[in-house]
Amino acid sequence: MSDVLPTLPGLSATGDNADTQPLPVETRDEFDVEISGTVGKPFVDNPKMASRNCNVYYGDKQAIFDVNLDIGKNEIIAMIGPSGCGKSTYLRVLNRMNDTIPGCRVSGEHTLDGEDIYSPDQDPVLLRARVGMVFQKPNPFPKSIYDNVAYGPRLHGLARSRTELDEIVEKSLMRAGLFKEVKDDLQKPGTGLSGGQQQRLCIARAIAVDPEVILMDEPTSALDPIATATIEELMDELKSRYTIAIVTHSMQQAARVSQRTAYFHLGKLVEVNPTDQVFTNPEHKLTENYITGRFG
Amino acid sequence: MSTISSKQKIEASLKKRYARERRFRLYGVVSISISSLFLMVLLFTIISKGLPAFQQTWINLDVTLSPALLGVDANADPEALFSAKYAKVIKASLKEMFPGVKGRKQKRALKNLVSNSAAWDLRDKVLENPKLIGTTQSFWFLAKDDIDVFMKGGIDRNLPESDRRIKDYQLEWIDKLIAEGRLEKRFNTTLFTAGDSREPEQAGMLGAIMGSFFTMLVTLLLSFPIGVAAAAYLEEFAPQNNRWVDFIEININNLAAVPSIVFGLLGLAVFINFFGVPRSTPLVGGLVLTLMTLPTIIIASRAAIKSVPPSIKEAAIGLGASRVQTLFHHTLPLAMPGILTGTIIGMAQALGETAPLLMIGMVAFVADVPGSIVDPATVMPVQVYLWSDSPERAFTERTSAAIMILLGFLVIMNSAAIWLRKKFERRW
Repeated sequence: MSDVLPTLPGLSATGDNADTQPLPVETRDEFDVEISGTVGKPFVDNPKMASRNCNVYYGDKQAIFDVNLDIGKNEIIAMIGPSGCGKSTYLRVLNRMNDTIPGCRVSGEHTLDGEDIYSPDQDPVLLRARVGMVFQKPNPFPKSIYDNVAYGPRLHGLARSRTELDEIVEKSLMRAGLFKEVKDDLQKPGTGLSGGQQQRLCIARAIAVDPEVILMDEPTSALDPIATATIEELMDELKSRYTIAIVTHSMQQAARVSQRTAYFHLGKLVEVNPTDQVFTNPEHKLTENYITGRFG
Repeated sequence: MSTISSKQKIEASLKKRYARERRFRLYGVVSISISSLFLMVLLFTIISKGLPAFQQTWINLDVTLSPALLGVDANADPEALFSAKYAKVIKASLKEMFPGVKGRKQKRALKNLVSNSAAWDLRDKVLENPKLIGTTQSFWFLAKDDIDVFMKGGIDRNLPESDRRIKDYQLEWIDKLIAEGRLEKRFNTTLFTAGDSREPEQAGMLGAIMGSFFTMLVTLLLSFPIGVAAAAYLEEFAPQNNRWVDFIEININNLAAVPSIVFGLLGLAVFINFFGVPRSTPLVGGLVLTLMTLPTIIIASRAAIKSVPPSIKEAAIGLGASRVQTLFHHTLPLAMPGILTGTIIGMAQALGETAPLLMIGMVAFVADVPGSIVDPATVMPVQVYLWSDSPERAFTERTSAAIMILLGFLVIMNSAAIWLRKKFERRW
């Protein structure tokens, strides 16, 4: 130990840091760019899911304006954009989670494998079994790990016997990369796991019903970098079986995991392009401003 | 810049702030002390008054069951044994014990040393074993309430005779009985095994306890499912911002504040007069108390359902559960501790309710212990009311004892609420 400690610097008055705070998007010069339709390549051949002229209203307020977008088979599409831009709302359009929000109205055509998911014939229960969802905050049920994963299969009667259910649970946990860590504790409560493990449990729970599409709404925003890396690796593996749409605030994450990136801005879809292009050579001025960190 | 800095200003204000904090804490301690003092006074008076009621005086008599007095012999058929003159036998044995009693007044007082239930006790014993007829047996009989009150110190023997309910000649008898070891205080089982009676020494709470039990059963079976279903509908399914739903909500909240006697009048008008439900029964009492308990249960259940994190419901819906499945698999189980707490508090409130029951005839004197929800009955708080209204001195201590029993049930119910909440509480 040193004998003399350096003296503490005097507590000088700190400078007003208001200049460094980003202004709200609406009042910034960078935002003064006209959005006229979507630039880039929003459409793909043979899409898994597709939306045309999607408009979403919360009561009188319109949250999404004329979004046209395809989601290709077995791809990971990242949706980025500043807060309140409608990316999460759009994600929830795709499995009709907005149905549960009072006063929410969705228009336009939305298809899954060419079937209209908003037609009166479409059962939202079946749709949600085919289009699973992982939420921002890990939300395991306050039940055992086993019961968490088995909930979906039990709900839909996917397993005829206990052994079959055991297999589904084990397989789902394995695919979610959690099985090794919890295989001896399946009867312990899911809420006792760490945040990253809980989120992987939620992913296991979502894939236990064998969906075709998995929607992820900022799945790693509540997690530390190591848990985030685990989940990102996991998404890369899941891509071979499932189509994944992920909403994220982290542009690095979008760049790491996705093949295509869609940039939303104030309820409008500004640009959709292959991820490499979006992050190296964005077509739209707004996208460029966002990814270069000038706002958002 | 040269004047006082904000640091100095804050320092100056700190003293005041801490003083205010100390004062506030003092107010809290004072108010807690006052309320616990009142509680102590209440409990002390009730317990000190009611404790003697848990003991009862018994008198030992040597009864000669002479066939001549009884009017039957040992070989008579049970019907004749049943209606034999047992009171005469007891009277004779008392006379034998205290010879030289003169005058109608004294004779009556002598007969009234033991309760009139003594004859029935004796009858039961003879019916059990008819061979007792013709023998002399030593039996313990319930003492009359005045003797009981005297034995517990309720009557001061130093008072002038004219101011005493126990006269000098009665004092002599009692002293003699004590000297011979024929007076004994025992635990008062009558209080728990008998129905109501005009004779304090024969009065018990069992009728009221069973009446309360049946009434609570009806209330619980009706108000719990209706209340939880209403709460679940209003929270999870009812259209938002609908005028009718708002109207219903306001009315439910207002119902919780309606004076309970109004529910009694409603019950009288609707259940008894219109639907013809038999009056004075736990059925109609339970119906009225259901009306009264529903708002409490609905409000508590809605709060409990509202406190279930939406993320859990979203997770279930995201997996393809329907709204009803989400409700039954997740929302209700997670809300259950709160719902149960609200229910038990509502039931405890109903258990202590008197006013509405007065309107539907449950204030009647019912000596029989009810056996079902359609038998005439009274309930514990009404029993307290009835006894407190009785002129006999011995009912004073029984009133307090009844309050203690009622409070005991309330404490048990509230402990059950706490236990259930602890048991079902889950963390997420």
